[in-house]
Amino acid sequence: MNIIKKFSLGLLVSLFLTISANADKIRIGTEGAYPPWNSKDASGKLIGFEVELAWTLCRYIGQQCEIVEQDWDGMIPALIMRKFDAIMAGMSITAERQKAISFSQGYADEVASLAVMKGSDLEGISTSEGINLTKKTGAVKKDLKTLTSALAGKTVCTQTATIHQNFLESGDVGKINVRTYKTQDEVNLDLASGRCDVALAAAVAFTDYAEKSGKPVVLVGPTFSGGAFGNGVGVGIRKDDTELLKAFNKAIDKARKNGDISRIATKWFGFDASM
Amino acid sequence: MDFDLMISSFPKLLNATLITLKLLSVSLVVGLNLGILFSIMRINKNPIINKFAYGYSYFFRGTPLLVQIFIIYFGLGQLEFIRSSFLWIFLKEPYWCAIIAFSLNTGAYTSEILRSAFETIKPGLIEAGKSLGIQSKIIFFKIQIPIAIRQSLPAYGNEIILMLKGTSLASTVTLMDLTGVAKYIISTTFKPIEVFIVAGGIYLFLTFLIHNLIKLLEKKYSF
Repeated sequence: MNIIKKFSLGLLVSLFLTISANADKIRIGTEGAYPPWNSKDASGKLIGFEVELAWTLCRYIGQQCEIVEQDWDGMIPALIMRKFDAIMAGMSITAERQKAISFSQGYADEVASLAVMKGSDLEGISTSEGINLTKKTGAVKKDLKTLTSALAGKTVCTQTATIHQNFLESGDVGKINVRTYKTQDEVNLDLASGRCDVALAAAVAFTDYAEKSGKPVVLVGPTFSGGAFGNGVGVGIRKDDTELLKAFNKAIDKARKNGDISRIATKWFGFDASM
Repeated sequence: MDFDLMISSFPKLLNATLITLKLLSVSLVVGLNLGILFSIMRINKNPIINKFAYGYSYFFRGTPLLVQIFIIYFGLGQLEFIRSSFLWIFLKEPYWCAIIAFSLNTGAYTSEILRSAFETIKPGLIEAGKSLGIQSKIIFFKIQIPIAIRQSLPAYGNEIILMLKGTSLASTVTLMDLTGVAKYIISTTFKPIEVFIVAGGIYLFLTFLIHNLIKLLEKKYSF
């Protein structure tokens, strides 16, 4: 009897300790399937630019953190339902998402790009090197026109609920056949298998895949930024969590000033993607 | 609760239900034929034939449907010799990959349902036929098969309902079925509860229809 009493008391205490420990921990949600932003190593541990940056930001905030894994397509609903307190998952700041959640200032920026397998007829399209969709100048319009005719009749693949899907469905490149996948890994697989004629994602997602898999994936067309592609990647936070938002903004300021963001970005991307 | 969203997403989801029904009906027709074929192979005396049929149903009942879809869609797509063969015409399309996976899966369950139905037929019925001098082929088609089908109606109705819910996995290979469109709407509105309630309601209604149809058939063919 005594043993059972002691055991249950111990259980209660440990339960209480875990609850109270969790109470002031900031839980950060990430996808773990979008290298080099966030991914998993062979042992299943979360790694990547944002995972390392998250630990750094938490140090500046001065609170304990926990990184939680969450599928991309349920990321924002999970944040709203308090499964975690912040999103760091390569999520670009867009007007559409800002209707549902708040964003910290951007900490990094990515350009998007189309990719094909070597030997595709799309390899030959000639456009400018990069286009910014915020201001649709004559040159941008001309490139979009080139892309519209190049993509007509092609199956274009991308990850679901991304800025890339928004762009493809915006009508900027005409009405095209878009196929959406749950993860970028699946987009890569179907690009390699030939089910997709062309895919759209962060340029680094393709170069990372080409490097790791040895598959002849090549970037084509211009790099995209601005407009549907948002204003950099920031920390997503619930709208009523203004304290946490302030804390993250301050931490990002500090991390930027001390060169942490550039250093970590260069380590994972191979170039300085910080902003 | 965002009721406006529920109302505005309803027509889109209803439209997607057509894809769900198409997937369900095509795979049920193919699966039923496979099921009849494999259940006959199961009661065959030749050990090679019945072991093969047993292996088929063992594999497809023993692995999750999701894994089967992934093997057929992402797995086979990795193999160079499949991509360069005529099979790629079908396997390239997510629609056909889903149909193949669903048909093989429901075929395995249907073969088991029919096999057990065959085994419950009282030997007296077959002996009665024999004593009347009816050919065993005719006994099989006119006595055994009709009784087996009637016997397996309740279990098969269950299988149809399970398959209806199974088709929701088509959304994992990019098909825009009921679940696929629901997820798509959620990805732009970030409101899963409202949309999934409507989608769930549609599934429930379809189940209600299937359930009553089977009950009607059971009544009609009761003895």
